[in-house]
Amino acid sequence: MRKSRIGLSISYLLLIILSIVSLYPAVWIVVSAFRPGGAIYSPTFLPSHWTSDHFTELFTDKSFMFGRWYMNTLKIAIFSTIFGTLLVTLVAYSLSRFRFKGRRKVMTLLLILNMFPNLMALTSVFLLLNQFDLLDTHLALIIIYSCGAPVLGMFAVKGYFDTLPLSLEESARIDGASHWTVFMRIMLPLSKPILVNSAIGLFVGSWIDFILARLVLRARENWTVAVGLWELATNFKTANFTMFAAGCVLVALPITLVFIILQRYIVEGLTAGANKG
Amino acid sequence: MQRKSIQAAILSLIAPGLGQIYNRQYLKGVIFLAIDALGIWYFAGHLYRAIWGIVTLGEKKQSMVKVGKVYKAVHGDHSIQLLVQGLIILIILFIFIWLYVLMVRDAYKTGLVRESGGKVARFSESVRAVFEKNFPITMLTIPFVGILFLTVLPILFGVLIAFTNYSGPSHLPPKELVDWVGFKTFVDLLTLKTWSHTFWNVLLWTIEWAILSTVTCYFGGLLVALLIQQKGIRFKKFWRTILLLPFAIPFLCSALIMNNLFNGEFGPINQYLGIFGIPKIGWLSDPSWAKFTVVLVNAWAGIPVTMLLMLGVLTTIPKDLYEAADVDGATAYQKFWKITLPRILFVTAPVLITQFAGNINNFNAIYLMTGGGPKTGEYQFAGHTDLLVTWLFGLTYADSKFNVASAIGIIVFLMIATISILSFRQTKSFKEEDLVQ
Repeated sequence: MRKSRIGLSISYLLLIILSIVSLYPAVWIVVSAFRPGGAIYSPTFLPSHWTSDHFTELFTDKSFMFGRWYMNTLKIAIFSTIFGTLLVTLVAYSLSRFRFKGRRKVMTLLLILNMFPNLMALTSVFLLLNQFDLLDTHLALIIIYSCGAPVLGMFAVKGYFDTLPLSLEESARIDGASHWTVFMRIMLPLSKPILVNSAIGLFVGSWIDFILARLVLRARENWTVAVGLWELATNFKTANFTMFAAGCVLVALPITLVFIILQRYIVEGLTAGANKG
Repeated sequence: MQRKSIQAAILSLIAPGLGQIYNRQYLKGVIFLAIDALGIWYFAGHLYRAIWGIVTLGEKKQSMVKVGKVYKAVHGDHSIQLLVQGLIILIILFIFIWLYVLMVRDAYKTGLVRESGGKVARFSESVRAVFEKNFPITMLTIPFVGILFLTVLPILFGVLIAFTNYSGPSHLPPKELVDWVGFKTFVDLLTLKTWSHTFWNVLLWTIEWAILSTVTCYFGGLLVALLIQQKGIRFKKFWRTILLLPFAIPFLCSALIMNNLFNGEFGPINQYLGIFGIPKIGWLSDPSWAKFTVVLVNAWAGIPVTMLLMLGVLTTIPKDLYEAADVDGATAYQKFWKITLPRILFVTAPVLITQFAGNINNFNAIYLMTGGGPKTGEYQFAGHTDLLVTWLFGLTYADSKFNVASAIGIIVFLMIATISILSFRQTKSFKEEDLVQ
């Protein structure tokens, strides 16, 4: 018995250490965001007094337009999530429920497209957008994120559809429901967990993308928060660290909240992926 | 008895729509004819130039012409734009040919119906069939047009670029032309000393990184899960939630935060170490430490997900296995090695392989932490922690070596493809999952 008590104590100690390691970076950045001055170095962990100046500055300063960037990002993320989820669902549903000529070819194509490093496509996406005069528009990002969704997330959703019983649809079809009705009334409600999961992925993905967004969005007032944060991190790092910290909190907060609120779905999606492979 | 099906098909082959009109589907026929006319009108104007552009990549260089007393630049052919425009037109052609085939087939099928004395579908019935019989095709159409233009086309372009000499300083449009050079880029990359030394070293580190980061996340996650799941630990949900937090912070933010934490000059980690009298460590500036730090930070960000996964898998292991082991007097270690670990490895093997493949491509983990650095003169445009993908990115955006970057992309593709073919085709989602449940 004594041995197990020692074992438990060690386990608790480990858990406490791991918790500190997990929490420390977040706590540190939040504290830094409220610390007066701009330096990264601070003799004490907690500041002598707290200030919200850095946040105000990010919203009111001429070169930082976090208010506007928030709206931009929100717009892009919401539309990409809606269209992207719709497209993923359409593709996954067709491939899961119907047998038609060329079906395997479509699946193989999606699989192959997934294996290319997507950075490789950046140059030509840029040229393509230039060709269609879409550079520096939010529409371009929404289109790219939405159309990328079926390539990236199709197999997870299809795997989920595959596990749903066929009998439900069959009986609905016998009762005379059209494919579209079956899809909207039966399949969609049943697959809520995986759809929420893929929607979260899309939302977060478009929220934090700084590579493509930086390439496409030229004018400062069109930027997203991720591009803004990237600039804060690269150009203002040492001189004005606390401002970067405040920006970091602003960018991370909505995502962290989404994760905490929708935790159940994310956990479900993850384990579904593992068990059903 | 006339062969109506053949005649209709031939008529449609001449001009889609004729067959339908022959089959007395007038409205449908007219619409198809209109599509046909539109297509022919479009390709008559564009197809030749598209093919010429792709084949030659332009023939006229930008040149200086003397106008009066000053030289003026006269626009030449822009090779890269020619290539992209050509590809766009080829994809439209591909869609058109596909439609053409469908239209001919439709005429043939309707002809067959007529031969067997059936009634020809009315227009409204044809429209309904689009949403009933051909439902999956209809649903796939819109996503696939998007995928064709935004994924297939860019990747095709990327692949083609590897076979050209599109690179700075001497082959950058619009000033200069680009030409096809076959496999020269690959040969240079693999054998030419200046490139190959960097390539093999970056490749080696990419593989080391993929193994290290996969193993640390996988076993780290397993250990944390076991720690929480242990008998006697209270507040399991509380620990789980706290340890999950790194997962809830977007990696863009946490990587940039870590970058500052590990800052060699002012970072708090060196500051705390200083309290214990440990001299400053160049976490991100010393080559070996930098490699250590990126793996560490990646583990910090990746362990929570694996932990979650492992917690799920652990609950699926039947309890009676452990009970039976207890009866046989097995120790905790024996139970772990003989029951827990084999089970977990069996269930999560696909995840392990996917993670490995993902880590080969893990751009963010490196780019956000070190940007590939510390830089070294020993390498061609690369640093000590550069993976193939981050090197590719740098070559494209900082050094204008587009062809080399594309060649690297193809090599990464081949690596991932090999791994995936071995594993992914075995998974249920891809295999013939015939609708038996």
